[in-house]
Amino acid sequence: MSFIRHHIKTWLLEELVIGMALTLRYMFRRKLTINYPYEKGPLSPRFRGEHALRRYANGEERCIACKLCEAICPAQAITIEAEPRDDGSRRTTRYDIDMTKCIYCGYCEEACPVDAIVEGPNFEYATESREELLYDKGKLLANGERWEVEIAKRLVDDAEYR
Amino acid sequence: MAKLTIDGMEVEVQNGLTVLQACEQIGIEIPRFCYHERLTIAGNCRMCLVEMERAPKPVASCSMPVGDGMVITTNSPAVQKMRQGVMEFLLINHPLDCPICDQGGECDLQDQALAFGSDHSRYDEVKRAVDDKSFGPLIRGIMTRCIHCTRCVRFSNEIAGVPEMGATGRGEHTEIGTYINNALTSELSGNMIDLCPVGALTSAPYAFAARPWELKKTESIDVMDAVGSAIRIDARGPEVMRILPRLNEDVNEEWISDKTRFACDGLKRQRLDQPYVRHGSKLEPATWDAAFAAIAAKVKSTDGSRIAALAGDTACVESMMALKDLLEALGSDNVECRQDGAALDPSCRAGYLFNTTIAGIEEADVCLIIGSNTRHEAPIINARLRKRYLMGGFSAGLIGEAVELTFPYTPLGAGPEILAEILSGKHGFANILKKATNPMLILGQGALMRSDGAAVLGLARKVAEKFNMVRDDWNGFNVLHTAAARVGGLDIGFVSDATLESAEIIYLLGADDYTANIPDDAFVIYQGHHGDRGAHRADVVLPGAAYTEKNATYVNTEGRMQQTRLAVFPPGDAREDWAVIRALSGVLGHTLPYDTLAQVRGRMVQINPLFGGDDSLQKFTWGDFGSGGKTEPGGFASPISNFYMTDPISRASITMARCTEMLLESDKGKTGTDG
Repeated sequence: MSFIRHHIKTWLLEELVIGMALTLRYMFRRKLTINYPYEKGPLSPRFRGEHALRRYANGEERCIACKLCEAICPAQAITIEAEPRDDGSRRTTRYDIDMTKCIYCGYCEEACPVDAIVEGPNFEYATESREELLYDKGKLLANGERWEVEIAKRLVDDAEYR
Repeated sequence: MAKLTIDGMEVEVQNGLTVLQACEQIGIEIPRFCYHERLTIAGNCRMCLVEMERAPKPVASCSMPVGDGMVITTNSPAVQKMRQGVMEFLLINHPLDCPICDQGGECDLQDQALAFGSDHSRYDEVKRAVDDKSFGPLIRGIMTRCIHCTRCVRFSNEIAGVPEMGATGRGEHTEIGTYINNALTSELSGNMIDLCPVGALTSAPYAFAARPWELKKTESIDVMDAVGSAIRIDARGPEVMRILPRLNEDVNEEWISDKTRFACDGLKRQRLDQPYVRHGSKLEPATWDAAFAAIAAKVKSTDGSRIAALAGDTACVESMMALKDLLEALGSDNVECRQDGAALDPSCRAGYLFNTTIAGIEEADVCLIIGSNTRHEAPIINARLRKRYLMGGFSAGLIGEAVELTFPYTPLGAGPEILAEILSGKHGFANILKKATNPMLILGQGALMRSDGAAVLGLARKVAEKFNMVRDDWNGFNVLHTAAARVGGLDIGFVSDATLESAEIIYLLGADDYTANIPDDAFVIYQGHHGDRGAHRADVVLPGAAYTEKNATYVNTEGRMQQTRLAVFPPGDAREDWAVIRALSGVLGHTLPYDTLAQVRGRMVQINPLFGGDDSLQKFTWGDFGSGGKTEPGGFASPISNFYMTDPISRASITMARCTEMLLESDKGKTGTDG
């Protein structure tokens, strides 16, 4: 019996018809393809993109050089040096992330007690040279200023799941 | 012996111990903050609570003496609850600022909160805040973090002997401080940083510099004084970040002096990292080849016997050995390690050692200090003397300038004539010495550096012999050195009677504080790690390694052979010192017969079998040393005028400069241009 059924299916091109029907169905559905980079898909609030160092609303940098991110970083991509600032507070003199080492695990963000280092929504930071991917404190703080609105929104959105 | 039951285990411990100590003996860990085995018992943190059968309330195990038949429980749910409760109380007023606290990662409170604390807090009220206090240039006080264990107060009162710390206020308003915001004047103050179980007292020069988990730890030996304290060098990359004490009951217990601890920032400044050769009046950078060529040219045109060598205070035995062999090959025996001109007699080893040993001080009952300020020359030995004084039945006398020590003493007079009076029995102190069972004397370098040093040494020997200080089971004759290199130099015979007067080439092996006159026309080679006095005078400068940068041997003032370990590499072109001399010997055509450190050490053993052993002490053999000549009038003076700056490393240190300014020169008038 199965021999006959097999032959009927083969000669009636059943699989081809099923495939073509699927194609036909999708022809009338809404298109998923987007016109990147002019259009962009949605990102989860937990998306782990390019790093940024944040500031408080009054402009004070958040990072207090506790070095927990440096300690937890599995790729050892973070380098921090610190010393007392003129007002005696604990701040970094150097905060480097080697983006070529980084594996975007997000542990640094998890470890940070003051939400200073975050992985923002930006993923479009391809560079022409390797050196440009060695981020220093200035670059990270600039990232923070540039993305602060999005980063703050994402943190609020994600807060209830933490 | 008392028999008690701890957690169902029957134990027998000595009477007089506390329950906490008994628990420690059988390996049960009791959490504690205020209890410290070298300090008196305070019993105020309550963290060590345990249950005792038939006691209505929990007992503080640190202050409960053991008794026969006690039944102690340390692991019941009730005890765990008590610990949680105490921890909760402690954390009420302790700020949650671990991320900015330097103690983070090595904090007793952090660790014990994790191990014994609860996982949440029930406290919503306002926390206490305390103004930060100033403790001088070495210690940062963030007093909001203080949990009032009073370890620092007890340390300053008992060990350091400067009762400057104390608590004011009661209950929640208790504050630890120096009452008048004064800088601490102790030479041991840095130890309070280690004692503090939280981050209330932290190291000021090390503030925010590194976290404990990023440091590479190397166990080594200190060379800032002749005590040879056991230290741990914490380095990150090529940089020495800090120095901490290591336990050595025979030498430094667990304390180190502030110079040992804080002078390490001098290792980063004023360093010689490449060879220099003098052209005209100026030292100009050169290659190793050029520097060696300059030396070789001069050596070739000079009679071998007119070469002399002088070893400095931090020279290691290996380099002195290599230099001695090199000079011998060149035809000179004019080597000298007593750069300060002290009349130490190399013929008898007991004649230049601290024979009583540092731990042995605790058995002495009378101490005669001759021309020494033990507090500045060896703070660790001074702390041992104070420990002995606190045990009771101890009297001390001092011949020399009246200085402030941390234990009471009788000022006997100024100069050698007093020593002669004691010897003749005319002096009142002679009676005290006569009655003593274990008398000791400490002969400082200040007494030996004089022109009549040999006579003073002879006199001291006679005093030691007369007052029964030298017996089979006891040797109370002690020479207190100030330089880490001295005993090692004497042990390998880096000494001679010749002077520098006729020398044409003078090889300074890290010698900066020499008292001898270097002839103006002499060709001076300086090998060392810092651009200090010796390098300024030099015609050729060879960069060497500091004590954190080489595996080297030192012998402390007791005659204990110890070795430093390489923690970081020497900067730039600098090399280990013995290797520099070995390389130079090849250029000079007298290649030394050793290529490895092990071979150099083998050569040292040939000269003195002591270097083949471990760090234990040898049995002394008494001999005849010192001369019988006449002494001169004039009081003894300590060679150290500024405790914080005694060698090239501490002179290059900013921290030590700050200490000098704030602690020693604070009363000096300032001009308008200051600061």
